[in-house]
Amino acid sequence: MKVTEKDVAYVADLANLELSGGERTGMVRDLNSILDYIDRLNELDTSNVEPMAQVSDRYGVDDSKQGSERFAYANREDVPQGLRTSLSQESALANAPDADGTFFRVPKVIER
Amino acid sequence: MNLTGLTIDAARSAVQERKTTTLALAEAHYVRIQNEDGQIGAYLTLCKERALEQADRIDRMAAEGKPLPLLGGVPVGIKDVMSTRGVRTTAGSKILGNYIPPYDCTAVARMEAAGAVVLGKTNCDEFAMGSSNENSAFHPVHNPRDLTRVPGGSSGGSAAAVAADMAVVALGSDTGGSIRQPASFCGVVGLMPTYGRVSRYGLIAFASSLDHIGPLAKTVKDVAIVLHAIAGRDPMDSTSADLPVPDYTTDLEKSVRGLRLGVAKEYFGEGLDDEVHHAVESAIDELKSLGCEVVPVSLPHTPYAIPTYYLIATAEASSNLARYDGVRYSYRASGVKTLSEMYRRSRDEGFGAEVKRRIMLGTYALSAGYYDAYYLKAQKVRTLLTRDFEEAFRKVDAIVTPTSPTAAFRLGEKSNDPLAMYLADIYTVTADLAGIPGISIPCGETQGKLPIGLQILGKHFDEATILRLAHAYERAA
Repeated sequence: MKVTEKDVAYVADLANLELSGGERTGMVRDLNSILDYIDRLNELDTSNVEPMAQVSDRYGVDDSKQGSERFAYANREDVPQGLRTSLSQESALANAPDADGTFFRVPKVIER
Repeated sequence: MNLTGLTIDAARSAVQERKTTTLALAEAHYVRIQNEDGQIGAYLTLCKERALEQADRIDRMAAEGKPLPLLGGVPVGIKDVMSTRGVRTTAGSKILGNYIPPYDCTAVARMEAAGAVVLGKTNCDEFAMGSSNENSAFHPVHNPRDLTRVPGGSSGGSAAAVAADMAVVALGSDTGGSIRQPASFCGVVGLMPTYGRVSRYGLIAFASSLDHIGPLAKTVKDVAIVLHAIAGRDPMDSTSADLPVPDYTTDLEKSVRGLRLGVAKEYFGEGLDDEVHHAVESAIDELKSLGCEVVPVSLPHTPYAIPTYYLIATAEASSNLARYDGVRYSYRASGVKTLSEMYRRSRDEGFGAEVKRRIMLGTYALSAGYYDAYYLKAQKVRTLLTRDFEEAFRKVDAIVTPTSPTAAFRLGEKSNDPLAMYLADIYTVTADLAGIPGISIPCGETQGKLPIGLQILGKHFDEATILRLAHAYERAA
């Protein structure tokens, strides 16, 4: 078994998930079964293969240029006022579970 | 005239020629939804007010004798992962159960600018994660062709709405097969365009290097028309390509004689249902009789596509879904005392089981000590999978495969086995990873009258060729 209950607790912590007791047991089982299947990737020798982050890398990047110039295909003009009007404060707060009209309100951040 | 079950051209010209009105078309669809959708479950939210306002605008154009735009008067459904200003957008999740976006997704705005009437938002797997639509936090969708079966996923609501004449066309999204597989299960046409062809601005992100928006419709011509309406550069999405958008309908009628069609044995191996195999072979024969040349090609890394996909998609999802924190717009658990407890409990109560599973797998694959073994490894295999296609497309103009290894399965059949569910995407994830376009079109039925789908994959930005092949097959079959 690759993943133990302890690993699941650690990863849940990283992912900001709580996971109840029953969920943790199921997660150990599911992750192990999926990772076993994923192991077949190790049949492939990829030591001389470049990683690919996204498809545009394959047709957009100009390798003859340096630094960010390589990604010139994705450039646009800088527009000081932004590409669209910013949301009003009212509409930015409209979906918040808790707000006071000016700020988002959250529970205490610092515990003492 | 019957106001449902029309194609785009039939609907638009009926309005243009004043044989009916956009209002009547929309109303007829709402009646149909009211009568049929109780047992299908394709819609999550209807937006009648918005629809009637748009209908009025189009009807006034028609009354003034102005030429209607491409989608003038056409009633459409929008998958509930695309933001609609003022209309609840849930992504099929409880965590966005009350979310009202303050802006429109570019693809939706372009549909409306082209005259489409948005009837409502269609059901889907939570955050588009699933292959059966059973992961919707609200209710499952039943396949209109057989109510005991799934419609496929994650764009199951969009496919079912089109199949049941509750929309003329619908928009879906495809990250691992989520447009093509439900199109195949419901017997409609579904197109995933090239990565970068259609802006994703306003699409609720699942896996950003794999997410695509595309149309589902009754005919190949209808998906071609919708693609024409939504494609093209959008300054709000830096990944949208700055390439001219051809009129995808002009070459539809052109002969397919002489086109080279690749057939890869890796798509016809173990796990492929006999009836599906047979139907796809017959479709290939049909294309051959239309003058296509069939060429064997090899895509040797295909068996590694599912593990590669599930590492990359979950890693990106774990990052994209970090934004649901109960602060700005998502569900917040009640009775929490500290900020950290609020994050955890809100996410725990707001996300469903499959979403949590994927966040966990993705977080694990990105965590210290495992990044190289999993995430980086998957990115390298993604290069190999993409090279397979580049190699094959030197020899052929398109590649034909089954869309899914089986026809629609029963509700509940795979819902307790995540891995079995993932394997339903075995023939579709490759195109998402390589960023190439793919279309699924109906190619017959099983003995049990379930639709079977033929998939045609094309070169980057060569939607025109796969649309032409699909159209030729559709007409001949």
